Amino acid sequence: MSIKSSYKAKQATGKSIEAIAVVSPVTFSARYDLDRTNGIICRQDHPLRGTSIIDTVLVAPGVQGGVAGGWAFLAMKGLGVGFKGLVFGAVNPVMVQGAVAAGIPIFAGIDLEIFDEVKTGDRIFLDPLAKTVSISKI
Amino acid sequence: MGNGLIKFFIDRYVDVCIPYIRPIQGNLSMYLNEQEQQILNGRLGPEIASVFASQIQIGEFFGAEKFVEVSNAHFMGDYEVMGDAGADLLTELVLAGLKVKIPTTRNAQCIDVINAKQLRQSLELIQGEKHITELLTQLGVSVTNTCIGYQNIYQPHIGEHVAWGDTGTVAYANSVLGARTNYEAGPSSLAAGLTGRTPEYGFHLKHNRRANIYCKITTPLVDLAEWGALGVILGQYYRDYWAVPVFDYVGPSPISDQLKQLGASLASYCSMAMFHLIGSTPEAPSLEAACSGRQLIGELEISRKDIEKVLEETTSKDGSVHLVVFSAPQLSLFELRNLAMLVGDQHFHQDVTVIITTNFMVAQEAERLGYLAVLEKAGAIVSKGTCWYIMQPELMRKEFGWSEVVTNSSKLANIIRAHNYRPILRSTQQCIQAAITAKV
Repeated sequence: MSIKSSYKAKQATGKSIEAIAVVSPVTFSARYDLDRTNGIICRQDHPLRGTSIIDTVLVAPGVQGGVAGGWAFLAMKGLGVGFKGLVFGAVNPVMVQGAVAAGIPIFAGIDLEIFDEVKTGDRIFLDPLAKTVSISKI
Repeated sequence: MGNGLIKFFIDRYVDVCIPYIRPIQGNLSMYLNEQEQQILNGRLGPEIASVFASQIQIGEFFGAEKFVEVSNAHFMGDYEVMGDAGADLLTELVLAGLKVKIPTTRNAQCIDVINAKQLRQSLELIQGEKHITELLTQLGVSVTNTCIGYQNIYQPHIGEHVAWGDTGTVAYANSVLGARTNYEAGPSSLAAGLTGRTPEYGFHLKHNRRANIYCKITTPLVDLAEWGALGVILGQYYRDYWAVPVFDYVGPSPISDQLKQLGASLASYCSMAMFHLIGSTPEAPSLEAACSGRQLIGELEISRKDIEKVLEETTSKDGSVHLVVFSAPQLSLFELRNLAMLVGDQHFHQDVTVIITTNFMVAQEAERLGYLAVLEKAGAIVSKGTCWYIMQPELMRKEFGWSEVVTNSSKLANIIRAHNYRPILRSTQQCIQAAITAKV
């Protein structure tokens, strides 16, 4: 993979992975935003409504809402419709606990300049050990 | 130890723990006491070591220096959100012979066995939930099925460390009771129940509990929907788990149910786990005490006009009403009493379904006191041990042709959009009137 650019996060955990990004301009909630059976963003007023999140890395500025994410990531993984990784600006413990339970990498405190560059459909590489999120060159 | 559990934890155990085991103290950032080192090293069994490893991974992520013992755990764990993968995990924990070490309760469940047919709940959901309940019982969990345990099951005292899930319970525990907990999602609070401890970060630490948003409320708030509206308004400006608002309020000191709505709404719209109310909550005898030197990131003034705007901006398409729900959080005894008084001897409109959720303990007492009889005679479905938004509302929408829901819960109004409902947030009295007249 050739790297176009890399961005640093303050916190990260999990395994290194590479996947397609789904970039949300709004905060994320597993319960409020997702059809957790089909892996689709379904919230009525969500700008990405109808987008599939299966095997993608969600990149979002923050999170909102409840504890559903704690089980939801694991349940979705079990159904084969889950995220492959999560990258957030701000985060609450639920997302981290849920990601750990599902065994997927999660990043928090990502350099917000990433939102000027990364687009839905970009291929990105997550390296939790280095706490970097890299965007691939096409 | 079953293969499933090994497979489930193997990524974390290998990636997170193996590098630390030799030598543990050389590589872990977190301090582990002797007992904790024994847990991690597998002296108490590989299963609990794996559970503990997941807690370490979370603690390290948030920079926790050590673990803190907790007296109580409360978690969300129902089939609607856990699915088969969650059930498989519980099965492996049961097969490993693990039991919770501290009193551990379960949040609302997703099925109403008595009204399942009437509510068109799927057989898959009913069977899945029954299986989850059996597994949790075998793990020693008290399957109380309530999100308002702080009102009638257990009230931790000021400074007491607990590991609670359900965001509303967390906000209430931190803010109103002065107890200390982070949002603990299902697997995490269950882990705390099994190990009796949780990583010490976030709201377990005093300095993170200080207020950094000042919010002046210039109007008295009466109805529960008005208290919930505060969260809606704050959520337009702040969505930050680490932020703590302090409310400077002109009205009379609020009651438990009002603070319950406020906490649930702040959690839902703002992702907040704690608030202060000057003169009412235990860590806010004054503004200075609530902030304790933490720098403010914002100031806000909320007037009667702002509250009314929240209640007016959700509207019906044609003014007709087919569904009214009182839920999220479950209703207390006094909320049920209030509904019964508002209804009196009136009947709900034949075209309107009214659903009320509470827990089993409250329901039993409400039945003895006659409140349930009034509500059920009027035509309400009083669902026990449940919360409506986890009861397959999407399926009900299709089955019954519902598209809108009238409610006094701002939290429900927020969540239910994900299930393609149009929420209409109104005062409790307006909700009752809507149920009687089928108009809003």
